This record gives sequence, C-alpha cells and structure tokens, in this order.
Amino acid sequence: MTMALGFYPGCSLKGSSREYSESVLALAKAFGIELTEINDWNCCGATAAHNLNRNLSLALPARVLALAEKQSLEEVLVPCAACYSRLAATLHDLNRDEAIKSGISELIGMELKGSVHIINIIQFLDKYICPLLENRIIKPFSKKVACYYGCLLVRPHSVLHFDREEEPQSMDVLMAKAGATPVDWSFKTECCGAGLSVSRTKTVARLSGKIVMDATERGAEALIVACPMCHSNLDMRRGDINRYNGIKSSVPVLYITQALGLAVGLDPVDLGVQRHFVNVEI
Amino acid sequence: MSAGMKSSLKKEIRDDLGVSVDKCYQCGKCSAGCPLSEEMDFPPSYLLRMLQTGDAMLQEKALCSFSIWVCLTCETCYSRCPMSIDVPAIMDFMRQKSLRERKTHREARKIIAFHRSFLKSIEKTGRLYELGVLADYKMHTLQLMQDLALAPKMLLAGKLKIIPELIHGRSDLSSVYSGTIKKK
Amino acid sequence: MARIGVFICHCGENIGATVDCEKVAMAASEYDGVAYSIDYKYMCSDPGQNLIRQAIKEKELTGVVVAACSPRMHEPTFRRACNEAGLNPYLCEMANLREHCSWVHEKNEATTEKAIDLVRMLVEKVKRNHPLSSIKVPVTKTALVIGGGISGIQASLDIANTGHKVVLIEREPSIGGHMSQLSETFPTLDCSQCILTPRMVEVAQHPNITLLTYAELESIEGFIGNFKARIRKKAKSIDEKLCTGCGLCTTKCPNKKIPGEFNAGLGNRTAIYVPFPQAVPNKPVIDKLNCTYYTKGKCRVCEKVCPTQAIRFDQEDEIIDIPVGAVVLATGFAVRGTDFFPEYGYGKHPDIITGLQFERLASASGPTLGEIRRPSDGKIPGKIVFVACAGSRDPAKGIPYCSKICCMYTAKHAMLYQHKVHDGESYVFYMDIRAAGRNYEEFVRRAIEEDGVNYIRGRVSRIYEKQGKLIVKGADTLLGGMPVEIEADMVVLATAGIANEGSEVLAQKMHVSYDQYHFFTEAHPKLKPVETNTAGIFLVGACQAPRDIPESVGQASGAAAKVAALFSQNELTREPVIAVVNRSAPPMYSTCAGCFMCVSACPYQAIEKEELTDRKGQLIKTVARVNPGLCQGCGTCVAFCRSKSIDIQGYTHEQMVSEVMALLNN
Repeated sequence: MTMALGFYPGCSLKGSSREYSESVLALAKAFGIELTEINDWNCCGATAAHNLNRNLSLALPARVLALAEKQSLEEVLVPCAACYSRLAATLHDLNRDEAIKSGISELIGMELKGSVHIINIIQFLDKYICPLLENRIIKPFSKKVACYYGCLLVRPHSVLHFDREEEPQSMDVLMAKAGATPVDWSFKTECCGAGLSVSRTKTVARLSGKIVMDATERGAEALIVACPMCHSNLDMRRGDINRYNGIKSSVPVLYITQALGLAVGLDPVDLGVQRHFVNVEI
Repeated sequence: MSAGMKSSLKKEIRDDLGVSVDKCYQCGKCSAGCPLSEEMDFPPSYLLRMLQTGDAMLQEKALCSFSIWVCLTCETCYSRCPMSIDVPAIMDFMRQKSLRERKTHREARKIIAFHRSFLKSIEKTGRLYELGVLADYKMHTLQLMQDLALAPKMLLAGKLKIIPELIHGRSDLSSVYSGTIKKK
Repeated sequence: MARIGVFICHCGENIGATVDCEKVAMAASEYDGVAYSIDYKYMCSDPGQNLIRQAIKEKELTGVVVAACSPRMHEPTFRRACNEAGLNPYLCEMANLREHCSWVHEKNEATTEKAIDLVRMLVEKVKRNHPLSSIKVPVTKTALVIGGGISGIQASLDIANTGHKVVLIEREPSIGGHMSQLSETFPTLDCSQCILTPRMVEVAQHPNITLLTYAELESIEGFIGNFKARIRKKAKSIDEKLCTGCGLCTTKCPNKKIPGEFNAGLGNRTAIYVPFPQAVPNKPVIDKLNCTYYTKGKCRVCEKVCPTQAIRFDQEDEIIDIPVGAVVLATGFAVRGTDFFPEYGYGKHPDIITGLQFERLASASGPTLGEIRRPSDGKIPGKIVFVACAGSRDPAKGIPYCSKICCMYTAKHAMLYQHKVHDGESYVFYMDIRAAGRNYEEFVRRAIEEDGVNYIRGRVSRIYEKQGKLIVKGADTLLGGMPVEIEADMVVLATAGIANEGSEVLAQKMHVSYDQYHFFTEAHPKLKPVETNTAGIFLVGACQAPRDIPESVGQASGAAAKVAALFSQNELTREPVIAVVNRSAPPMYSTCAGCFMCVSACPYQAIEKEELTDRKGQLIKTVARVNPGLCQGCGTCVAFCRSKSIDIQGYTHEQMVSEVMALLNN
C-alpha cells in the first residue's frame, strides 16, 4: 500500500541527528509508505527565531507551510518535536488572525492558506504503522523502557491537542505493542535543557542528569525519545551528565522509530543505531 | 517601588499579545514548576509581579533580567497556571524588546550569541550548518575549547556535516530577514 | 359607563426627570371614559395611596390605572389600596413608565409620547377588566426534607418542634452526612460525632418525624401547599421490624473487601453492612451490586445466622406517595477526588489523599483507629504536606470559586497531626487564609504560632513519587517565588467542594434552578438565601455552595421558620390569573370542540376532561376544564386552542387586543 505523505525533516535530522531520519525512512520503506520531502524547505527557526524576533519566528515556518501547500501536500510528517512545535504554533497564530496571516504571506512573498495538517512522529506511527504492525514483530523489543516525551510534543495542549500534558501515554502504548515493558517514571515531560546545550552546558547536565538518574533508578534498560534535541542532550552529553550525577549511567537512548525498526527486524545499521554515543546493545 | 510615572509595558503586552498580566494572583505555581527557577534572578511569578505594578523601575529591571534569557520556553508554567496566563509568550515579548532596546543582561551574552550565530547560519544557507554556527559562536564568545572533545566522536559517528546544504530560496530568506530582524 | 382614574407617578426623579408627567396626566384626562387624571411625586407613599382611595370614593371610579414603576414592585400595593376603598383589586392595572420608559430612554418629546401611549393602552384594557376573586387552596401541613446531613437534621427537628409533621428521606443507609465522617470540628475541636449523634437520635425518636433512609425522591408534582411526592424506598433486603441491629450478619459476611463509602475509600466493608457504628437507624442493608447472592446466586450466610430471620432476599423497592406542603432540599455536597489532578499523579499514589480521607484517618472510629498512618505501608508519616486550594480558585480546572472551608480544616488537620505525632513536621502550601468566622482567625494563628505548622505561601506545581517518598515541588512567593522542594511521607490535598452526584437530576425533577457547577440557586442572593424560585421549595446547607456547619445549621433553622410560616395558614391564597374554558347555555354548552390539544400543551398537567351530561345522565360532549388549583396562568393553552375557547382571566383576548388597538389608533 503506497500513499504520499509530506515530510519535513528539519535541520537536525539532516545534521547531527541523521540517524533519526535514517530510522524514519527505513521504517516507512519497510511498510510501503512513501514520504515526499518538501521541496527546498528551510529551517523553521527553532528556538533562536522566536527568542529574538516575532515576525521572523512566524515567517520561517510559514515559508515551509506555503511550500507544502504549493506541492499539494495536505498532510506533513514532522519528526522533530521542536519543528513540530514551531509549525503548530505558527499555524495556530496565523489561522487565528487574518491580518497576521496576510502580513506574513506578504513577507515571505508566497500564498499561504494555512491548510496543511501536520503530524508528529507518534501520530504518524499510530496512524500509518500501527494498523500494519500485528504480524510484523519479529524481535520483540522486550526491555524495560522509560518513554521520554520532553516538552514540545504535549505542551501546550490548547495548541497541539495531542495526548495529555501530564503523564502522557501514547509512546508507552506504542512501545508496549513492540513488546517492551514501559516503566512508570516521574520525568516523562521534564525539560532536558533544550537549546542551552552549547551556551550553558552545565544546565543541560543538571536537567538531563535528573532524567537519566530517575530512569536508571527505576530499572529502565533504555530511554525512548521522539525529539533530536532531547536525544542529543541525553546521549551526546552523557559525559557531562555522568560527571554531574557522580554516577556512570550506560542506559542507551533510542528514537522510537529505531526501537520499532529493531522490533520488526530491520538492520540496526540502517537505523543508525551505531551513531549513538552511549552504546546500544540489542 | 518608585511612585513615579506608570509605564505601559503590561498594557503593551495586553494590546500586542492579548495576555492580561493582571490575572496573575501570585500563586507561585509557575515558579514552583519552572526547571530553571533556581538559576533565574527573578523567578517567573516574581517577574509577573514586577510587570503588574506598572512601575517603571521594576519594568526596567525585568527587561534587563537574566531570567528571560535562561527561560527555555518549555511551556510548563503555561500548562499549570490556574489562570491560563501565557507566560512563554510574555517571555518571548520581553526578550525581543530587551534586544531592541539593547538592555540584555550580561550573563546572557553567550545564550544570545548562540541564537545570533544560529540565525546567521540560516540566513546564509537556509538550513543549519552546525560547524558554521559553532565556529561563529566561538568567535563571538571566545569559547574556543567548547565541545572540542566531542568533535572527533561526532565525525566518526557521521554526525558532522562538513559541507553546508544550500537551498534555492536563499534570496527569499534574505528579504525575510531584512523585513524582520534586520529592520531598524 | 366607564369611569377610570389615572394616576401618574413621578417616582421622585426616576420618572419625573425624563418624562413630562403633567403632560401625560393632561393627555389622559381627555380620553373617553377617564373620569379623573392627576400626577403626583410618590404614588406608593401613604399620601399617594390616599389620593387613589379618595378618588375611588369621591369620583365613583370603576377602574384605576397607576402609571409608575414595574408591577413587580408595587402591583400588590396599589391593588390593596383599591381593595381598601371598595374597588375590586383586579380592576387596577399598572402602566410601567419606569423600567419600560424613563429608565431606558433619554429625556425628549418621543419619551413623553411613549409614556402617553402606554397609559392609553392600559386605560383601554382596564375598561374591559372584570372583577375577580382570589382562589383559596388548602395547605398540607407536612414537610418533606430531602437529605439527612446536619442541615436536613436541623431543619427536620425545627419544623417538627413547631408541631408539624416531617418526612425526612436520605439516600444512604444512615443519616449523618459528611459531619458524621469528621473527626473534630473547627474552631473548638469538638468531637464531631459526639455533637451530632444526639441530634440523629432525636430525629429517629421524634414523634413528628418519619425517617426513611435508603430512600430517594422518584418524582414530585403539584405546587406550594399541595405537592405530591413519590418516594422510592430502596430494598434494604431486611425486615426492619424483625431486625434488632445485633450486627451478627455483618461479622459473618464473607464478602469483606468492598471499599467503604463512609471511610472515603480508605477502609473496607462487607456486602451486608451498617455504614458506621453510630448509624441511625442502626440496621444493616445489603449492597445488591456487590453481594455474592445477588450477583452470583450463592452464599446466603447472613440469612442463616440471623437470630430473628430478618433477611429478605426477595424484598423489592417500594414506591409510596406522600402529600406534602413544602419541600426542603438539604442534599449537601461532595469533594473532588485526587484523580482530578494530572500534575499530582492522577490519583495513583495511595499516600496522596483528600481532606475527607484525612478526617477518616484522624477519626477514632476510622480505619486506623485515629492514628495518622500512610495508606501504602501503614507507617506513621514523619513529614506531611498539606496543599490548600487544590482545585479551587482554579479557572483552568473549571472551578474558579473558593471552597470556603478548606483553609480552616487544613489548619485543623495540621494541628491534629502535630498533636498526634509530636516530632512530626507539617507544611501547608497556601494562597490566602480565609478564616472569617468567630474565633477562626485565632484558630489558624494557633496552628502557626503554637503547634509549629510551617505555612508557605505558594501553590504546588507537581508531586511525584521517588523511592517511597513524595517529592512536592512548591514555591515561596513571599520570598520572591523561591522554589521549595519537600520530600514528604504523605500529602493531603484540600480538594474543591463540588455539587453532589445527581444534583442536576434532582433539580430538574423539582423545577429548581441550578448553576453551571450544579449547585442549587436561591431566589435572591442577598435577601432570599433559603428560598428558590419555585414557591414552597427551600434550600439549606452545602447543596447551594460549600459552607461550614454553623452556617448550615443557621440556614436550616431559617428555612424551618419559613416552612412554619407557610404552615401557620390553613389556606393559601392564589392569584386568579388562570385559564378558563368557556361555558355557555345549551345547545352549545361550550365552544370547546374537545380536541384536547391544551391538555398536552399544559406544562403543569392542569387541564382535565369534563363530561357534560343531560338530566338523564347521558353524555352530550366531553370538553376541557382547567383545574384552578394547578393552573399557573402561563397561557400556553390559550395559544394552542384553535377555537379560542380558552382564555386567561385578567389577560383575555379582548383585553389584549384592546391594548394593541389603542397603540395603533393614535
């Protein structure tokens, strides 16, 4: 079964988090889902744009949405939680106020209807992969997993309307379907330190440190994430985290697409598992 | 608190964003849940009180604070506020305004420099060029040793792009920048 | 020949400043049929009324129009004045020159013209008015009290002590309500059950009170003084006349793991149970939903052991009809559960409890016999955090109001904890302290100053569990919003007071208004706190809003006084503004064709079918007849009737059309 679905990888998936992109594409291919990348897409502006200039923070995502519309892509998968958050916030603001919409449309020099429907990785997995999953689990991911949602997938609920803000369950349900045992832990939506990775590393060490500590204490054998920023903070910064906690934790961090990919028997190399800083022993 | 003239920062926030600072009854739930509270000079509820008073001196202090820059926009405050006050929107507003008026806190230099380097990279290529951002950031902050240890590991893992990706619509972005962040 | 008197009131400045009253009086004096027309400053005053009375006598008036404020204000006043002067009160009408004219327009020509129009309309109507007499209905001197908490108990006792009969129904197996669940009451720290149980017993033994527990209101019809209440007595599965309350069955019942309602889910009960040792009546009921016999057909142990063979498995619900003259709603309130809070764990932590559950722990008859112990492992907590305003004053959670009693009971809980656990540490996270009753403020100060309770001003953002402890993340807003993190052994949430389950269903049955929170609404927020918009139905206690015991008791006595006032009359006077189906001489008898659309239209089931017979007793025709005792004068039937056979006394077709024509024929 083939169907065209828009795809907005965002900068991280093309750069330091390329294994996320690899796993998404591998999974889509394995299930016969065609992903159409938005032509000539630009960076959504991430944290920097909305921190420094309001109109820029709307214009950059708006251009991406306008491009998608031009390509007649009605539904677009946005695997990066930060990009998803920015696009959703932009759609929300533009569709609420015609004056803002036309102003931004003028700024980017493109027609903008605001009609694209964006979905995050979990919505994608639920809608397109889950219905086909039943007989495809070859190597159940039978580990105790701590599903980490981060901030931007579930907050604010009034804009995203996805899962629930406290103790969300959607990833846990998915991982259970893949054969894992989700652990009930207390840091599911606590911030990892986000964009301060470079400019204030010790903050990331503290915040991400708490997350790794709680997951480790509860016996989690893997942390499952759905955001490249979170992955980077929990994985790449593990050295700083271990120094902050005073304990060495070797709990690996996997993208949910990687975990599912492993469960349906895809080659770990295709899923980019070897790119992680903290070793993943399957 | 000076008894002097009452500035209009909270009025600006109400007119621009539709957010009413007066709704805050100082319950402190935002400060209690904020992951960065202990690193801020003014926790979020305190910041809101400063804006509520309408006092010119306190508003200045708020604009010049470090709090607004270390805020991660994690939206925890907004999700728990009993009055549903959009604190992240207020933070964005304050950041943008403090930048325009050149009132940023000293300790926020590195954070702002990173954001600037990030946006510069996008203006040039349309998509993030991580090496470029890092180089620019190091130049501006003299954090030369920053993440040097990580670089070889990243290269080995194939996570470092040596050559930047260029999009076709770079000129579109150029005009967007001139119309927004670069506008005087 | 009509001789109408027109009296234009200035109402001080209210009408006089906007309408030219003199001009209106002048214009009226020109009309056909108007014998007298004047204006005056305050018609409702004594001299004003005297003017009317004198004019009626001297000018031999046949009708009166008072052009002043709203009839809702002073229609009774002027009608009484006319009656005193010998004019039938229903020949007096009011034209509203205030709410309908001066208060909604600017001062100009057009406004005065409008006032003149209004007066002319009413003059034409009054010309066609007929004298009417009030309808008298009897009063049933029995009160129905719904709800057996402290409010219902107090109201029942007060009404019964005036010599009238009371039927008290309570849906639980015992009366007592939430007050029976409390350990001690603020601000005196009196033992709650010790002060309550004597009243409960008094209710059971009072010769004027019929106590029906495990019973609910099925439906109610009628009107003030003349209600008919249908009560469903749920099957207790016990023959109450044989049962001695020995309690043997409750000790032998093998089904022991049902979460008990009385212990707020902290303790278990059996399927055949008495809710608590001091229950009134102290006889068990069988919980059909959980009893092994009712669900699976096995067991019947209780039947075997009962020394008086009082168990009756085949007992059915019994429906009884009771005529009552007044109803008192005393159904009380509920508290939100801990599952209401996503940021505090959605209720999954057994050691995060509500204030009501803490009462049960602190209570000597509770699941831990009065010791404060963690529900999870039974250990005594060394550190307790109390969270005030949990759910209240929270528009984001849909409860913007204050629940009133939590500041006080939180202070009480903290004090009780400190008294029982001497080296324990207690913290209260609060927003404000609302301690407005007698000795309330001093009580809270005692908690802070003498018992060492730590009060921190700030709300709690999150509570999560870590290695058996509860991590409470709060803030101290008096120290600039400084984050405060406490590792607690137990957390007590002072959850919001909400309407009891089923409130809106009951309110709809009773035709009583309720607000968006399903609290019942009083007739006037300031001056009629115990009455509803439905005459004869009164409200007491927390079913109206969260409140404490002294207020509830005071209200109960207040409502009882109103009921007593109602019952002090043998007859009630009703307004004659009711519908009447016409009757005429044979062979017509009535223009009513017998279609009975009016019967289905009437919201009060006030229209009946009447068989008209000849002298031999043979049926001529069946026509509609309005029951004057039930009709409320809404006029729906008049709109339905296709042959115009039904009309409202005091608002007939002829009168209404005359008003319209008076307006058009300027």
